[in-house]
Amino acid sequence: MSGRQRNWEALSFQIVMTVIAVLALILIVSPSLVVVIVSFTSGFSLKFPPPGYSTRWYVELWNAWQLQFAARNSVVVALWSTGLSIVLGVAAALAISRSKTLTAKLLDSLFMSPLVLPALAFGLAALMFFSLIGLPVSLLTLVIGHTIVCVPYVVRNTVAALAQLEPTLLESSAILGASRLYTFRRIVLPLIRPGIISGAFIAFMSSFDNVPVSLFLRDAATDMLPIRMWQDLEGKLDVTIAALSSVLIIATVALMAIMERATGLSKRLTG
Amino acid sequence: MKSATTARITAPGDVTSFNLGLALPLGVAFAIFFVLPLAQLLYLSLHNDTAATVWGLGQYIKFLTDPFSLAVLGSTLLLGAEVTLACLVLGYPIAWLYQRSGSRLQTLIIMIVLLPLLTSVVVRTFAWIVILGRQGIINSVLQSLGLIGTPLRMIYTQGGLVAALAQVQMPLMVLPLITAIGRIDPNLSDASASLGAGSWRTFFKVMLPLSMPGIIAGCTLTYAAAITAFITQSLVGGGQMLFMPMYLYQQASTLQNWPFAAAISIIFLFAVLAIVALFSTLGRRARGYGDAR
Repeated sequence: MSGRQRNWEALSFQIVMTVIAVLALILIVSPSLVVVIVSFTSGFSLKFPPPGYSTRWYVELWNAWQLQFAARNSVVVALWSTGLSIVLGVAAALAISRSKTLTAKLLDSLFMSPLVLPALAFGLAALMFFSLIGLPVSLLTLVIGHTIVCVPYVVRNTVAALAQLEPTLLESSAILGASRLYTFRRIVLPLIRPGIISGAFIAFMSSFDNVPVSLFLRDAATDMLPIRMWQDLEGKLDVTIAALSSVLIIATVALMAIMERATGLSKRLTG
Repeated sequence: MKSATTARITAPGDVTSFNLGLALPLGVAFAIFFVLPLAQLLYLSLHNDTAATVWGLGQYIKFLTDPFSLAVLGSTLLLGAEVTLACLVLGYPIAWLYQRSGSRLQTLIIMIVLLPLLTSVVVRTFAWIVILGRQGIINSVLQSLGLIGTPLRMIYTQGGLVAALAQVQMPLMVLPLITAIGRIDPNLSDASASLGAGSWRTFFKVMLPLSMPGIIAGCTLTYAAAITAFITQSLVGGGQMLFMPMYLYQQASTLQNWPFAAAISIIFLFAVLAIVALFSTLGRRARGYGDAR
């Protein structure tokens, strides 16, 4: 192969890869941008580009009490599920991360399995189980269901953080006479805290966004935001939903920026 | 506390691990609220009547002999394959670009990739309705260019659904790929080049095989997520296309046919597990392949 041919070959490879990558990145971002732009429309439809601009749909959103009620429920459930996920998940992660036993491996697979299993099947199973034991659907059943599907994120991120922890640090602390609890509080916890926080962040977001479990475990009194939005959209394409969506997108971007500062979220998720 | 301290000093090697009993609370929670419900689901699916009094495989026979149900299962599995392929083709170059970028650009790429993962799925799907709709961007651009007279129907089509799902699930493909490509020794590509292989040849013969663990992990996650993406399937796919999650939901909620819904769940669950097992077998092969080279 001559030199020129080779240059052309290398160039063609780089051009093709870069063009696809840039197009793919645009494909990922554009839907969010489009929603934010459309939400400022002055018209009644989701026409793009909008015929004019106004903030009327945000005023509309301010009065949409059904959406606000559902949003409040979603936040409450997400906070409780995240709290439970942190307590149960971090303890479990500590137990399984440094153990090489078969039990630990099996527990690890068990705790991770909600990530792969179809969540809708679990939602149905949970509904049937709660009706069997006579527990009516409520915020409590939602919290339980959400915790099961969100705890894997906390376990996974904490295990990853523990894997990077130098065992010699624990040994030195012990040799210097620190108790296990003291070592945990002063050595282990500070070092794995970013991992716990980023796991908790993802758990919170996925609870807030959960559809398959909420679908079965909620009723009119415990309406959840994603379900409310979905049902509104099935009926009519409402621009109020666009306003709400942009609020959620902007809140997500802000939270991501905070998490990036606090824990280096991006490096954490790419190993 | 005192006895624990003594025990620690006598066995210093032990301090690096934690008590397995710490996993007990979560283990118990999973046993009660995860394993038991799934066991009950299985139990219910093995009954022929809605009151769950007559044992039998009636629900499974009903599903597996019904052309309509089988078509729903088939189209769901096909949809997953199409979305996974689209994510791989579009996602791999992103991961490639990431590994060649400076630290600032890397953070930007990750943020862009993470955005859909953390944005509400209803919001993401809603965005696609805006893009693909009759008055959406694509139609208005094509109309203003004079390429089409009447708006194209893109929403409620398979193509539109695959595009929407690919965007929604892309992070699940890109993140494992970035990890896998980052682990490849860059000297291998240089070695391949100095031995006379061109960029394309090096890519297909060196990089792609070595990143196989990431490809497999990404495909598994994308596939599992795409076939269970209830909201996107129902909003972008519309009422004309029925997939397993909606089928399950209709049987359970609207028709209150719990044993049949349970059987659909179990069949769906095993279909997903079979796919995951298939991918992980491929993954183990690929790792062997990677090591051998």
